[in-house]
Amino acid sequence: MAVVAGQQQVDLREAKGWRRTSNRIVTALMVTAFVVVLIPLGFVLVTTIAKGASIISWSFLTSGPIPANVAPANVGGMGPAVLGTIEITALATVLAVPLGILGAVYLNEYGGKNWLAALIGFFSDVMTGVPSIIMGLFIFSIWVVHFGFSGLAGAFALGCLMLPIVIRSTYEMLRLVPNTLREGSYALGASKARVTMTVVLPAAIGGIVSGALLAVARAAGETAPLLFTILIVTAANPNVFSGANTSLPSQIFVNASSPYTGAQDRGWGAALTLIAICFILMIVARLVTARFARYSR
Amino acid sequence: MSTVARADQATPAGSARALSERRPLGDRGFQVLALACGLLVLVILVLIAVSTTQQASSWFTTEGLKIFARTWDPATGQFGALSFIYGTAVTAIIALVMAVPVSIGIALLLTEVVPYRWSRPIVYVIDLLAVVPSVVWGLWGILVFAPWLQHIYTDIASGVNGIPILDNLFGQPVSGASFFTAGVILAFMITPIVTSLSREVIATVPAIDKEGAYALGATRWEMIRGAVWPHSQGGVVGAVLLGLGRAMGETIAAALVIGSSPTITSHLFAPGYDMPAVIANQFGESYGVFKAGLIGIGVLLFAFTIIINVIARGVVERSARRKRGA
Repeated sequence: MAVVAGQQQVDLREAKGWRRTSNRIVTALMVTAFVVVLIPLGFVLVTTIAKGASIISWSFLTSGPIPANVAPANVGGMGPAVLGTIEITALATVLAVPLGILGAVYLNEYGGKNWLAALIGFFSDVMTGVPSIIMGLFIFSIWVVHFGFSGLAGAFALGCLMLPIVIRSTYEMLRLVPNTLREGSYALGASKARVTMTVVLPAAIGGIVSGALLAVARAAGETAPLLFTILIVTAANPNVFSGANTSLPSQIFVNASSPYTGAQDRGWGAALTLIAICFILMIVARLVTARFARYSR
Repeated sequence: MSTVARADQATPAGSARALSERRPLGDRGFQVLALACGLLVLVILVLIAVSTTQQASSWFTTEGLKIFARTWDPATGQFGALSFIYGTAVTAIIALVMAVPVSIGIALLLTEVVPYRWSRPIVYVIDLLAVVPSVVWGLWGILVFAPWLQHIYTDIASGVNGIPILDNLFGQPVSGASFFTAGVILAFMITPIVTSLSREVIATVPAIDKEGAYALGATRWEMIRGAVWPHSQGGVVGAVLLGLGRAMGETIAAALVIGSSPTITSHLFAPGYDMPAVIANQFGESYGVFKAGLIGIGVLLFAFTIIINVIARGVVERSARRKRGA
């Protein structure tokens, strides 16, 4: 006690006056920023659920063809659009996910720190910033002008959008796989391809799948790449490889610009369906991460 | 002993070259396949530039420098893209002015204020914002948000009537579907990406710097200004630039709420047009030079976003490297 008494007293209390006030103001502003974001999100979700829930039924989701805009809300369904979205997104996933994973394997397992891998990694990040409508114009210029509109063309456009996202998320996951696993496998005499396929990729599979699902969720909600690649039709087209097709986002786009309330209500129903699909994909991605991801940041 | 000797023969010491030459065909094939997939990114980017420019060539050759003219009127064959470039700039700036302070605020809230168990639910909510598809924002924007904003715009316009500069910006004519509405919707859409990128940057600030600031008696705000901000400045600028790229390229929401009127005006509440929106809205009915013009606007948009993204990634990487070196 004597020692302490000999020293000058240090004031450990909270700062006073303007310093305290400014600190509080800034903290309050940060919380306000979050609340400000909640308002539009809540507004959109509540409106979509309120207007869409009364429209959605099993026949709305499955029956077709999509009725004319003037038809009242209780007529017809979005079946062709639901089918088109599932077909085209699935095909895009089949095209883009394996290519993206292999691209990431090159970046992390083979490229390492060489200039080519650095270049590819950099431009893959840049490619995530290319507007989705450009992907649509690209596939239009390179494919549709020669082979016509089809679900396949739409899948190409969505695939171009997904590819860099899958590369980035897979690359991040591969980087987390400990080198000891690779070295252990090499020591047993395995070739690099075998190590990658049987040790590295399985070790990172949880993160890879969840990254791919988030890319699928992003692609499923995209309209712009589909406008010039699949066109918009009202009848169901189960053949994804030929003939014009339709999708939920394209259909919402058409209905949103329509003055008829029946069409608008069908638009809300389609919007709720689309949001539900995207949310389910996101939730599954989170569950996969929580359940299967062995290594995380 | 004999087994050891045989093993040694199979893998001669110090001869890595011999090892690589004995790699089985499948192993080398896999490497080539992976390399091809990596190169695909570069191939696609080059093909985008080449194929779209080719399709747009008739616009570039017939119009020449008039591609930057003010008038866009397919009926009279005038295809100047200036009003769309102007609209893209205006809506992107409105979006950034609103989204950046909010995003940085949330990023700081997540990294410096709330405890870890609270930060995850907040991140989930911000991610939900990113999962809502563009077209749903557009549907809500045009059917619910724009009619509501129109009343507010009308009130503001009558309030600023006659005041010099404000009247030019916020006065009549007003419309629910306008530059400003598009800017607000774009702000909602780019907030998640700017938030998550800024958060990643701010999270790299060394704990020792922050603790040092606190040990000197700094309040949280003083710590943020003194320790966090100098360290993360460069990265946050990169995040903002990436947000700008997103705002410029966002198509469908803008196409629905921007008002579809190719005009250059200082009135933010007036209907306008931007580059992606005009492509989306007019492509279906276009032909000949008209179609080439729309694809050409896409080429310009591609060039702008590539430049912005290259600068942004460069800024982020340089600041990350400098931080590691220091």
